[in-house]
Amino acid sequence: MSARSVPAALGADVVCALEGVGVTRDGRRVLAGVSFALRAGEVAGLIGANGAGKTTLLKVIVGLLAPDAGTIRRATGGVGYVPQKVLLDADLPLRARDVVGLGVDGQRPGLTLSPTRRRARRAVVDEMLAAVDATAFAEARVGELSGGQQQRILIAQALASRPRLLLLDEPLANLDLRAEQDVVALIGRVAREQGVGVLLSAHDVNPLVSVMDRVVYLAGGRAACGPTAEVVRSEVLSALYGSRVDVVEVGGRIVVVAATTEDAHAHETDQAVASGLAT
Amino acid sequence: MFSGFMLNTWVAATLVAVVAGAVGLFVALRGSSFVAHAVPHGAFGGAAGAALLGWNPVLGLGIFAAGGALSMGWLSRRGRHDVGTALALVTMLGTGALFLSWSNEYASQVYALLFGEVLGVARGELLPIAGVGAASLGVLALVARPLLATSVLADAAPTRGRGARRVETAFLLLVALATTMSVPVVGALLMFSLMVAPGATARLVSDRPGRAAAVSVALALGIVWSAVALSYVLNWPVGFFVGTLGALAYGGGRLLALRRAGAGAPEGG
Amino acid sequence: MSLGGLIAPGFFSNGPVRAALLTGGVVAVVTAVVGIFTVLRRQSFAGHTLGEVGTTGGSAAFLAGVNPLWGFVAIALVAAGAIELVGVRRPRQRDLAAGLVLGAGLGLAALFLYLGSVTSPASGGASTSILFGSIFIIGPSMVSSIVALSAGALALIALCGRRMLLVSLHPDLAASRGVRLRLVGAIYLLALAIAVSLAAETIGAVLATALLVGPPATALRLTRRPGRALVAASLVGVAAVWLGILLSYDSYTWPPAGRTWPVSFFVVALVLVFYLAAQLPVRRLRARPRARARGEV
Ligand SMILES: Nc1ncnc2c1ncn2[C@@H]1O[C@H](COP(=O)(O)OP(=O)(O)OP(=O)(O)O)[C@@H](O)[C@H]1O
Ligand SMILES: [Mg+2]
Repeated sequence: MSARSVPAALGADVVCALEGVGVTRDGRRVLAGVSFALRAGEVAGLIGANGAGKTTLLKVIVGLLAPDAGTIRRATGGVGYVPQKVLLDADLPLRARDVVGLGVDGQRPGLTLSPTRRRARRAVVDEMLAAVDATAFAEARVGELSGGQQQRILIAQALASRPRLLLLDEPLANLDLRAEQDVVALIGRVAREQGVGVLLSAHDVNPLVSVMDRVVYLAGGRAACGPTAEVVRSEVLSALYGSRVDVVEVGGRIVVVAATTEDAHAHETDQAVASGLAT
Repeated sequence: MFSGFMLNTWVAATLVAVVAGAVGLFVALRGSSFVAHAVPHGAFGGAAGAALLGWNPVLGLGIFAAGGALSMGWLSRRGRHDVGTALALVTMLGTGALFLSWSNEYASQVYALLFGEVLGVARGELLPIAGVGAASLGVLALVARPLLATSVLADAAPTRGRGARRVETAFLLLVALATTMSVPVVGALLMFSLMVAPGATARLVSDRPGRAAAVSVALALGIVWSAVALSYVLNWPVGFFVGTLGALAYGGGRLLALRRAGAGAPEGG
Repeated sequence: MSLGGLIAPGFFSNGPVRAALLTGGVVAVVTAVVGIFTVLRRQSFAGHTLGEVGTTGGSAAFLAGVNPLWGFVAIALVAAGAIELVGVRRPRQRDLAAGLVLGAGLGLAALFLYLGSVTSPASGGASTSILFGSIFIIGPSMVSSIVALSAGALALIALCGRRMLLVSLHPDLAASRGVRLRLVGAIYLLALAIAVSLAAETIGAVLATALLVGPPATALRLTRRPGRALVAASLVGVAAVWLGILLSYDSYTWPPAGRTWPVSFFVVALVLVFYLAAQLPVRRLRARPRARARGEV
């Protein structure tokens, strides 16, 4: 099977569709047979343990990595992407609004001298800053903002090119509970108001349950996709991991437990399966 | 080739190679090639100053090497590392230019310090080199383990505690010590080349610190011995051969690492 | 002290001084603009390497009887290519690439100087004059090539400056927007090679590094807007060069030797002083950006 990435021939509001995607890194199979579709205005959570392949899958969708099997189709109009662990240097000579401005035309060569163009860019920047509630710190040096504030600015930056698909890699990492809830609410609102399909990765389903329309669960190099209640179940995840896994609800939180050991070992099971698949 | 004063050359080159190879591994691990260049190169200003005052040039060299290394550490803690190193380097060189303009020293002496000539070592110079070299290796043995730890973790830990700072200072002073020992004899260029290429190559071909150190020292010895022999035969500057052979060794290391990665892939997949 | 007391008589009517002020100013602006990105990309060592390795080309061209400036540029381009070839994306390996290229390049320089001193013993002092330059001996024949090269470097930065800012946020982020990282990196190294060889040939390799790194690093502390950072870096660079020339001219009457102190010393000292001065009030000003944030447009 040849890997292809074609933008056309998608259903009316489907912004991204994967079919049987497989990825190999350094000669090792990381993902196999991943299929799912995402619609405009929808939020999907890409869930998996460390090393499950979340970053890999997002990079493949963006086009930074080539899949070696399957097809990826994306709606025209580009993607917005916020990579994992962006550490901005404190001395970058960029205000928050400059970063969002780079989202509008940062990829274009040359200078923007036309005043009409500059005014248009300014309007987009103001709109995006408002969309992520960042107007208050728009003029601050971006490297001196807090992690949560930087995350908002990067999301605004990704939205500034008006993509139909937004990919966020671990946007909740390093956020405290309050900031986490804020960013989650923001993502839900942005998806609805801007009509973009959002795929965001996380290692835990719980913070996302309130906004997620569907979950893409990665384990053992494969993926299960569907509404949260249908995917995050013992039978589905056990099949995915290739060993028995229990899903239990404790005080309103969903906990995934490897049957024989404790919660913390789910990750190891995952890796064992992954390496079993590789040989 | 091994007679009389050439014997001194072989001994001096060997001593310098052992120290440079050992220190060079940490230069490679820490990504400190710029420091390894800046300390020996900038230290010539101290020699110019010492000449002005009628002191022993080695004293001036040592003061500038240590002072320069410490200011690199100080500046690097207050901004970007490469910026701090660059500014300390140009300040040392600029001060050296000032000293030179004050004195009536002939410029060729500076040339000798910068590019060095190992083919003219006097017997009396050997003992001090051996002494400082042994001291450098002693210090290295003391700080090797914490140095290794902070070198590996530096990428992951942007905020660094006081312990890490002390280790960093020890490393900088080590480079200064090695510089003071070798620059008067072999020149800044040779010292710098020997502190960069062997360590970088060793790091490519071995993952284990002990073995990498051995490879680094062995490479430094091989490079310097070949360079001295070639220079003796062809009469071209030693620095040319050291620089070129170093780059070639690194190229070879890259090929070896590539070949190994290529051979390793099928097992994994 | 009055301005009249500071500026020695005859300063502005002196031909070489006027040429030095002009060239020094142009070079300071070009290195400052290119240097902002050098600092952001952590490539000071690469910049310094190109300057010193360019020296090799300078001395080779000198031996061959060609205009040294072109020898400089040619070798700097070769070295930039080699750094790009060895260098991988991780900053530590870039540092290493510069180190290897510098070691080999200085070795070549030693060889050329040796061959030169064999063929014509008079060129022995060439190495120091190349390292420290001599801003007062810029001939009118060089002016046109200096202008052409400066314009070239600035045009390249104008072409890819915005994309480099995007890369400085995060390489993957830039790549996701269709920025070709290697292409942008190559264009930038081209600009760096031109700017550095220009500076190294006219004002010496030491000052080239000082001006490439110091004023931009100072500017990054003073402003948080990209356009202003370029302007501030240029102003700091020009100020350091002009003041340095002035002080050097004045120093003719100073002890101990009864001749001028080198320009490179003054410029380097001023660059360092500006950098440190920009750091001093940082702690007190820390609170200001956020307070100002609400007030400003
Ligand atoms: N640059 C790389 N080269 C080779 N293999 C890689 C590379 N990056 C990741 N991998 C491998 O691919 C697999 C998936 O990694 P990936 O980074 O996609 O995981 P992840 O789910 O994003 O993990 P995390 O939660 O830690 O971010 C891992 O087994 C990892 O070892
Ligand atoms: Mg990841």
